Amino acid sequence: MTVIEISCVHVWKEISSYIDGELDPAMRERMAAHFKTCAHCTAILDGTQNVISLVADGKTFDLPKGFSERLKQRLAEGLPKR
Amino acid sequence: MASTVSTLSEQALIERVKAGESDLFYQLIEPYQRAVFSAAYSVVANEADAEEVAQEACLKAYAKLDQFRGDCKFSTWLIQIAVNDARMRRRKDRKALYDSIDEGYQDESGDYFPCDFADWREIPSEALEQKELKTALSRAINSLKPMYREVFILRDVQGLNVRESAIALGINESLVRTRLLRARLQMRDTLAPGYDGSWLTGSTSYKKVRPF
Repeated sequence: MTVIEISCVHVWKEISSYIDGELDPAMRERMAAHFKTCAHCTAILDGTQNVISLVADGKTFDLPKGFSERLKQRLAEGLPKR
Repeated sequence: MASTVSTLSEQALIERVKAGESDLFYQLIEPYQRAVFSAAYSVVANEADAEEVAQEACLKAYAKLDQFRGDCKFSTWLIQIAVNDARMRRRKDRKALYDSIDEGYQDESGDYFPCDFADWREIPSEALEQKELKTALSRAINSLKPMYREVFILRDVQGLNVRESAIALGINESLVRTRLLRARLQMRDTLAPGYDGSWLTGSTSYKKVRPF
C-alpha cells in the first residue's frame, strides 16, 4: 500500500493528536512515514514528547509550604453549618 | 469511627457532607488540593493569588455542593469552580490595573509554526533533579498566554482528558485540542534550545537550528 505524502506544515497541525493517539490509522501511517524521513519534524516530535513527560511527573506545581494547614484552617473558620 | 470514615468512598463522603457533616469536607477535597491550586495558578499565574483562589473555591464548592449532581467527576466540578473564580479575580485585577478587556483570551489567527528545530532527543536524567529545570519549566509555562496555559496545565500537568478539560474550562473539545497543540509547540520552542545547554549551564547563547 502506498502512503500518501504529507507536508511538514500539515504534520505540525496534527502532531499533538498524533502524540495523544487520536488520529485515524491512515493519517497515523502518513505521519509515521514522514517522521522516518524528516529530521526537523522528528526533532519537533521528540521535543514535544519530552515537554509532556517533563511536566506530567506531578512535581511542576508543588503546593506552597503550609498550604494544606492554611486550607484546613480556612475551612474550619469559614464553613457555615449546613 | 475514624477507621470507617477514612475508608468512605467519595460518593459516600459527598452524601454525608450534604447531610450536614461539614467536618468531612476537608477529607473530600484533600486528594484534589494540588489540582485546585494548579487550576487556579493556570489562570492567575502567581502562587499567592492561586492559593487564595483555591481556598475561596473550596468554600464555594462546599456552599454549592447540593448542586453537584454527578454529571462529571467531582474533581472536574471542583476544578471548574476554581477556574471560574480565578478568571473572575483576574478580570477584576486587570480592570483595576488597566481597565482593559481580557486580552489573553483573544483568539490567535493562523497556525503556530515552530521557530527552532533544536534537537532534543532525550532528557538527561541528572537534569530532572535540577532546580534550573523546574525554574525553566515554570518560566516557560508562565510565558504562555492564559488561554493556552489553562489548557496545558489541566491536560498535560494535571492529566485531565480532553473532555474533562473542556468541561472545567467551559469550552468545546476542539478548542481544547487547538489550544493544546499551540501550548505544546510553544513550550517545546521555549525549552528545546536549552537542551543545547543554554539554560542548564547558564550560557546565554545556543546553537539555533533555523527552520530549513
